[in-house]
Amino acid sequence: MKKRTKIVGKITNNVACPFCGILCDDLVIQNKKETLKILKNHCPKAISGFEKQVPESFPKIAGKKSTLEDAIDKVFLVLKKSNSPLITGLGTDVNGMRAVMHLADKTGAVLDHMHGNALTRNTLVLQDLGWIMTTMSEIKNRADLIIFAGTDAAKYQRFYERVIWNKQSMFTRQKNKLKLVYIGEKLNTKLGISPTGKKPNILNCKTEEIGEIISSLHAIITGAKLDVANVAGIKTKKLEVLAEQMKSAKYGVIIWSPADLDTPHAELTIQSFCEVVKYLTRITRFAGFSLGGDDGSTTSSNVCAWQSGYPLRVNFNKGYPDYSPHHYSTYNVLKNKEVDALMWISSFSAAIKPPRASIPSIILAKPDIKLNFNPDVFIPIATPGVDHSGQLFRTDSVVSLPLKKIRKSSYPNVDYVLNEVLKKY
Amino acid sequence: MYIKLKNGVVYDPVHGINGEKRDIYIRDGLITRKPSSTVRINQTYDMKDKIIMSGAIDIHTHIGGGKVNIARMMLPEDHENDLVSKTPLTRSGCGNAAPSTLTTGYRYAEMGYTACFEPAMLPTNARQAHMEMADIPIVDKGAYAVLGNDDFLLRMLAKKNDQAAISDYVGWIINATQALGIKVVNPGGINAFKFNQRSLELDELNKHYGVSPRDILKALTRAVTELGIPHPLHVHGCNLGVPGNLKTTIDTINAAEGMRMHLTHIQFHSYGTEGDRKFSSGAGQIAEAVNKNPNISIDVGQILFGQTVTASGDSMLQYAGHWHAHPKKWVVMDIECDAGCGVVPFKYRDESFVNALQWCIGLEIFLLIDDPWRVFLTTDHPNGAPFTSYPHLIRLLMDRSFRNDILSTINKDAAAHSILSTIDREYSLYDIATMTRAGPAKSLGLKNRGHLGSGAIADITVYSNNKNKEKMFSKPDYVFKDGELVVRKGKVTKVKNGVTHTLRPEFDKSIEKTLHSYFEKYQTVSLENFKIDDDEIVEHGNGKIVIQPCM
Repeated sequence: MKKRTKIVGKITNNVACPFCGILCDDLVIQNKKETLKILKNHCPKAISGFEKQVPESFPKIAGKKSTLEDAIDKVFLVLKKSNSPLITGLGTDVNGMRAVMHLADKTGAVLDHMHGNALTRNTLVLQDLGWIMTTMSEIKNRADLIIFAGTDAAKYQRFYERVIWNKQSMFTRQKNKLKLVYIGEKLNTKLGISPTGKKPNILNCKTEEIGEIISSLHAIITGAKLDVANVAGIKTKKLEVLAEQMKSAKYGVIIWSPADLDTPHAELTIQSFCEVVKYLTRITRFAGFSLGGDDGSTTSSNVCAWQSGYPLRVNFNKGYPDYSPHHYSTYNVLKNKEVDALMWISSFSAAIKPPRASIPSIILAKPDIKLNFNPDVFIPIATPGVDHSGQLFRTDSVVSLPLKKIRKSSYPNVDYVLNEVLKKY
Repeated sequence: MYIKLKNGVVYDPVHGINGEKRDIYIRDGLITRKPSSTVRINQTYDMKDKIIMSGAIDIHTHIGGGKVNIARMMLPEDHENDLVSKTPLTRSGCGNAAPSTLTTGYRYAEMGYTACFEPAMLPTNARQAHMEMADIPIVDKGAYAVLGNDDFLLRMLAKKNDQAAISDYVGWIINATQALGIKVVNPGGINAFKFNQRSLELDELNKHYGVSPRDILKALTRAVTELGIPHPLHVHGCNLGVPGNLKTTIDTINAAEGMRMHLTHIQFHSYGTEGDRKFSSGAGQIAEAVNKNPNISIDVGQILFGQTVTASGDSMLQYAGHWHAHPKKWVVMDIECDAGCGVVPFKYRDESFVNALQWCIGLEIFLLIDDPWRVFLTTDHPNGAPFTSYPHLIRLLMDRSFRNDILSTINKDAAAHSILSTIDREYSLYDIATMTRAGPAKSLGLKNRGHLGSGAIADITVYSNNKNKEKMFSKPDYVFKDGELVVRKGKVTKVKNGVTHTLRPEFDKSIEKTLHSYFEKYQTVSLENFKIDDDEIVEHGNGKIVIQPCM
């Protein structure tokens, strides 16, 4: 993208943007008297994340301004009194999550992420079937057929620029040979029109019908003849053509976003993607790619897995990690009154609100979060990659990137707050 | 502050000490000479009749990085029988084939290990490997960067770039990823799989690049030599697990042309095609080739019976092997025009002909190679078995009657096809100290580890001698890390952080210009962010970097 303004002040190159899961790391950001401006490679999410002016905020105990020390003391007291806390949200970086893990072990907490439903849809498939997956650089250089299943990737603003319509690629990927397919409803398929005007193939169906379409394609690919004229409103002939394209692709990719597959038992839809990818790999090369990882969700799941052995939705109440992806959701443990204190952590976004519960609540959130209740403790926290350095995982769960400190901040890091709490034990 | 370990029976192959009664002195974390009689000894441990060795070193164990974490996430059932509760001193976690990082550190220390090396750090995933290793307490760590399937190197080879440029690239990778060595996995094969090739012989060409595995091995072996990297090129060869691959392995040994090369988990590369089932032991020929070529070292990758998970960078052959997955789920990944991985759970059964023969082949290799300085004890954790089975493996090597007892219980055809029952050799404590301490330290260039001489880091393990070597090696009496007591009677008594061993080979920095343009055009991270700063390990990982000298 083009330059937006003249360069004044301190310029930082190669800034990784933590505000969505694809972690673009080519931003050029200017710091002029602690006000940030993205000079190159912006998107609306990045602009909002880096540039938005935030009014000053303070730690509060029961709605009353306090010192950070007193607020941390209060966090300790709330957790100390709790038999079974819930630590959720988990919008933080690697070190923040390390501190969360330590604190959960110490306090016997349940852990879930604000995007826990989306994470779990994928995890269930990993644990039932496994998959063949690929990463962004492979798509950029190899993919010649890309199927967007139930997502248009519009939330990931620069995804198309970076790995679909990229100008350079190493192998046979010629822009006019790249085939794009969309399956689903209410998708912005205009994004799939190539720079030369080539239109994508569109299969309109309801989100809950995507699995049926993919399974029908799978059946056709195995050589079965469908004796119906339509599947979920799509002509069987059209599916046969697509099946043939899938078989003859050199490197096909199915892209989904588990958050966009918000239907009951969406894991079965994802399973159908992974099944057909595995079958196609007998013939050619095909892979899946999951778009997500917002608010540090890929990060928190990875750190949880290496420190406990399990991905998220773990309960430490018995003194060891007890994993149950259905049971230990934020929604369930609050509904079933299985927890008696709530800690919410969200350092990337003020948009997603913490759950309201009639138990003592600790909120560690961005300074500009608007709450409609007074939690027992509120601590405004710094944003990793803006206010302090750190590390974060990209959606493919392979690449992780260093985050830079690009402005001064008076707010504490999540890991500082939690480690101070831990010291009191 | 002086600590004295009094009257122990010392095994220190670096100094030729074979079970001699000695006192050992520790000062400020280092082993030191006997101080003058006026010096006050602050603490004395009576080690009468106890066996003293330096801390053990695992040269090849998959303890951290993407594929290990995939294994953890995929296999909740792996952890369920081995959940680990927190204690006032240690954190909770889980053990078994894909243990949590914290439990990994505790358990290695409790077995007397003080350093572990992750052999398959993909450059694009190096940051994660270091982050996970940062959370492995007590033991020292380090990793080998994986090259040989990355498009950058293959483009260089296809363009016939000169060796100096290739060596510069390898030097750059070691620096950028904070590595201690270079590994190659199925040279060129993982890349070929991305072009839908399903196998690649040593002299077969990658159909896109026109480059053979031999070309890649040659270039990387030379680069490692020219850069003065102490550990020889760590080679996971072509055709892993394929019957008949013993020929490939011998060809690979010859391809080294006298240069140093380490062949890893060679058990998986020592298969013949004789017999009705077209699967036979190639251990005899492999051992003969290793014995004849002093430039070659190996680790075995012994399999032991039970459930485990295979986690490998070799996406091509993990895909080929996925039909044997148990339970029936598996992951394969193509990674960033850099590498790949495959994670396939597997159960080795003693009633299976193939698995039982694999067990025999590994042991035959151990017992037929003469020089314990060139054979390292590994199970390729977790691929052959979890690392916690090392004491059992040591007993198999040290106790012929125990070995033969187990041999009599496995698949009868396999036992009959193996020469194992005819091998009388039993490893001595001196041999074990060589293959688990002195040898690995020498191979990795860790001059002040793996021995008990003055100036060595005081990583020391003390055992009570026991006829049952499995018991003896499961539960050391004392383990000292940097001179501090960290384990007593097989249980962690102090948790501290080990260091990360790295190298800083010199190279011509102008290679970055070419790399810069490659990253801009084809990669999806910037060159600057690809590199791992010291701060990421030191500050963010709460660790310490030790830079080992190049040769």
